[in-house]
Amino acid sequence: MCIIHPFWSLLVSGLSDGFLYALIALGYTLVYGVLQLINFAHSEVFMSGGFAGYFILNRTIGSHTPHGLDSVLMVVLGTVGGAVFGGLVAFGLERAAYRPLRRRNAPRIAFLISAIGASYFLYNLAGKEFGRDAVSIKAPFNLDGNAFRLFGAQVQTYQVVVAVAAIVMLVGLDRMVAVTRLGKGIRAVAQDADTASLMGVNIDRVISQTFVIGGLLGGAAGFLFGLNYGVVYTMGFTPGLKAFTAAVLGGIGNIRGAVVGGLVLGLVENFGSACIQTSWRDVIAFGILVAVLIIRPTGLLGERLGRSA
Amino acid sequence: MSRIAINGVSMSSLRRSQDVRRLGAWVLGALILAVMTGPSGTTTSPTAGFTGSLLHPRVLGYLAFGLVMWALSTARVRSRDRVHSATRGVQQLREKLLGDNRVRHGTYLVLLVLAILVPTQLNSFWQEVLVDQIGVFVLLAVGLNVVVGYAGLLDLGYIAFYAIGAYSAAYWTGALPVHPVFHLNPFYVIPLAILAAVVAGVILGVPTLRLRGDYLAIVTLGFGEIISIVATNLSSVTGGAQGIIGIPHFSVHLSSFHYQWGLSNLPYYYLLLGFVVIVLVAFRSLENSRVGRALAAIREDEVAAEASGVGVLKYKVMAFAIGASTSGFAGLLFASKISFVAPGDFTVQLSILILVLVTFGGMGSLPGAVLGAAVLQWAPEYLRNHPILGFQQQDLYIYLGALLVVMMIFRPSGIWPSRRRRRELALAEEGVGTADAMSGSSDPAAGPG
Amino acid sequence: MVADAIVSVEDVHLRFGGVVSLAGVSLTQERGEILSVIGPNGAGKTSLFNCLTGVYHPQMGRIIFRPTPEHEVSLIGRKPHRVNRIGIARTFQTSRLFNALTAFENVKIGVESRQRTGPIGAMLHLPRTMREEKESDTRTVELLDFVGLRRRGDEIASGLPYGDQRRLEIARALGTEPKLLLLDEPAAGTNPSEKLALEQLIRRVNRELGVSVLLIEHDMRLVMSVADRVTVLNFGQVIASGTPGEVQRNPAVVEAYLGRVETEESGGEG
Repeated sequence: MCIIHPFWSLLVSGLSDGFLYALIALGYTLVYGVLQLINFAHSEVFMSGGFAGYFILNRTIGSHTPHGLDSVLMVVLGTVGGAVFGGLVAFGLERAAYRPLRRRNAPRIAFLISAIGASYFLYNLAGKEFGRDAVSIKAPFNLDGNAFRLFGAQVQTYQVVVAVAAIVMLVGLDRMVAVTRLGKGIRAVAQDADTASLMGVNIDRVISQTFVIGGLLGGAAGFLFGLNYGVVYTMGFTPGLKAFTAAVLGGIGNIRGAVVGGLVLGLVENFGSACIQTSWRDVIAFGILVAVLIIRPTGLLGERLGRSA
Repeated sequence: MSRIAINGVSMSSLRRSQDVRRLGAWVLGALILAVMTGPSGTTTSPTAGFTGSLLHPRVLGYLAFGLVMWALSTARVRSRDRVHSATRGVQQLREKLLGDNRVRHGTYLVLLVLAILVPTQLNSFWQEVLVDQIGVFVLLAVGLNVVVGYAGLLDLGYIAFYAIGAYSAAYWTGALPVHPVFHLNPFYVIPLAILAAVVAGVILGVPTLRLRGDYLAIVTLGFGEIISIVATNLSSVTGGAQGIIGIPHFSVHLSSFHYQWGLSNLPYYYLLLGFVVIVLVAFRSLENSRVGRALAAIREDEVAAEASGVGVLKYKVMAFAIGASTSGFAGLLFASKISFVAPGDFTVQLSILILVLVTFGGMGSLPGAVLGAAVLQWAPEYLRNHPILGFQQQDLYIYLGALLVVMMIFRPSGIWPSRRRRRELALAEEGVGTADAMSGSSDPAAGPG
Repeated sequence: MVADAIVSVEDVHLRFGGVVSLAGVSLTQERGEILSVIGPNGAGKTSLFNCLTGVYHPQMGRIIFRPTPEHEVSLIGRKPHRVNRIGIARTFQTSRLFNALTAFENVKIGVESRQRTGPIGAMLHLPRTMREEKESDTRTVELLDFVGLRRRGDEIASGLPYGDQRRLEIARALGTEPKLLLLDEPAAGTNPSEKLALEQLIRRVNRELGVSVLLIEHDMRLVMSVADRVTVLNFGQVIASGTPGEVQRNPAVVEAYLGRVETEESGGEG
């Protein structure tokens, strides 16, 4: 084994990446919960959020990096903007690529193919309309700055922002699913769509709203990701694949599982890439995916959304 | 719903609201088409593409197109029965002609003769398109059709096996930095390349195919990425990102007869044509064999198939590996033809392209896969520099992506459907059967632990 | 112990989470007999079938199958197609045909599951493939003839009348050359004349082909006329076992059914 040298800083960056994976993974898990389908176009929802944040902040922020309350405001603005746009794209996606097939009781393979088509359509359209070069979002705060030290490791402000934003959204989602009518609807559809519809749940609406919620989270994640890594039309592919791995790792369909899976994946990836060359980093996630599928396909926490044990 | 249907007045208002909704969909579709075909934006002026296409007189043309299509579709819905009875005659004629073995074999023979004669009349540009774009992709599409069409599985890393075939060719012919014990003529590499692809397919397929079908899709997607990462990073073996040159051409050395395929396209075309015909005949036999019927059974009802003694996992792995071997074979052919192989040639995008070819042609239909590949690979070449319909190469996938969605919505069985497949889809619409193999043979939710 | 039991189920327990489906079921079927399992809905009949065919894996108990008197195998933990391979075929409560295929193809898939042709043989038309193809065609026609569907071979399975579909399912099961045939409510949804034909078919399967039959059925008239012995399940337990006459007079059975009749309409009284 190799020496995991800067332990605390790897831990911090692992958690920060993990929160982003968790936010995206929730989009996969929620949709999987209600439809039992992988939403292949979710990575494009993520990308849309990145672009929305980019356009909003680059219009709003002048030539100087904001300070203090202004920074907070800008981060909130970007996150909300990314989330809203992500939600819109997810809504349109469900309408265009899923609903017509559901009406026809199409086989599952048709849904997957249609989602892949939508994904390619969206990301290449983004490339056509917004240019094919990576661009960076104007920083709402000093991205290189450090917030505080943790056991000798520098914790970047960016990492704190990601963690705070993610935790706020995750707690909000958890409450929403547990308490609200929509949350109950989602759980009911996940458990048994036919029965739910007999009980008066409007399945179409629940599915549509589930896509939107996933889109909100994914879009926000797109913005947060874009802050640090820049925005480009292909940005969704790799994080999407990894977030899906996270969702499977935690147990697809299981909301808390997606969060746990995201964090675990972020940590494993960061500690793992300390051991091997960075160019192999993306292989780690894939290795985990295959290993989980072989050893424990139901994931760490089991597939649970609505399903009784 | 049924209450509305009884009441005549609400019925017509329902129909009217459906008409309005369809109008909205067509207008929206026309606008999207206008944006797709319109000018591009840039990073600095991201709205230019939208304003240039939507606030420009050309948008009126698209709107008019949308309206016409709406009117046509409305008329068609209104007179659905009449349209059906009119087209049924054509359909029956087709079925009758295809049902007659003599007519069918005669058609195939004519097509084969055309495929032999026509290329000699083409200029060198089209000859090259015929080999590099059409021939190789027909082979690839026919192979993916076994996976997607016969077995109902979704393989998004299909091109990875193509890479395996191409690198096998490079290895066994001695072009890679690492050398085999002896160097081989590409002809002798064929079984080795196929074997390598099959082994990779089985290793990847056995663990994944036990699970629900969508896992195969995502695992193969990841696998496609991994293969290109490996090919890029492992430069001491693969030559790295810039690739490998000097893969020898096919050649024949029989006692006194020597022939080597060179860079010219026509000889390669005939070689490829021969292989394609062999593969087509083989897959047609496969379709009508014990294996093909078992796959059809799995596609329709895995539980019943298992109960009838069909080993579901075995057949899924088999179909997946047959697809992989075809892809590997195509990789070998192409690498040897252009004498070059590089990781950049094996993008996930290419796997998606082949999926488009198969779904457009008709999943599960051999003529469909051939036709789909031929049409969709020819059309972009033909249209690219067209004065009106011309487009930029990098925008191609916008159209292909949209095509996938449109096909899945309006004609999931493709332009040349297989009879079995069309029946399955029609029955699935009525809620009978599944028409794919996506439920997984050991669904963790299916029984107690 | 019974001298020649084709299948013996010993103390099988099956739970789904907290729900107990089978609570210690034991039963034995003699080689060559028609045994019927009856009981109210939810008594565990289909769960028992699913345990026998490898769909469910019971938490406790043994299920032993003897393809021949000398040879015994455990069925627990065996995959459905492996269970079929050693000689147990089944039909389903609601028929599960390959609906888009023809009747002929449906049966042929069952017949062919015994053969060995692989993809290479199929693609290259190897001699063995051609021979097996011919054999399975002959056998398929025989089986269609046996169930009375010879002339409907080219029809699409989903287009057949319901009673024909049920018989086609039996033909497909017979194609796999079973020693034991499990029929899950074969008469459900059929009309009286179809029922009569079914009754004869079950007898002929048993007598002419020498296949032991394990039958789940709600139609008491059918059960009483074809079954050699009857086992009654209720709440996941065997409450009675014996000849049709004995079982009909058993007070526990009467109570299980009458208790049901009082609370809801029943399809299970004789």
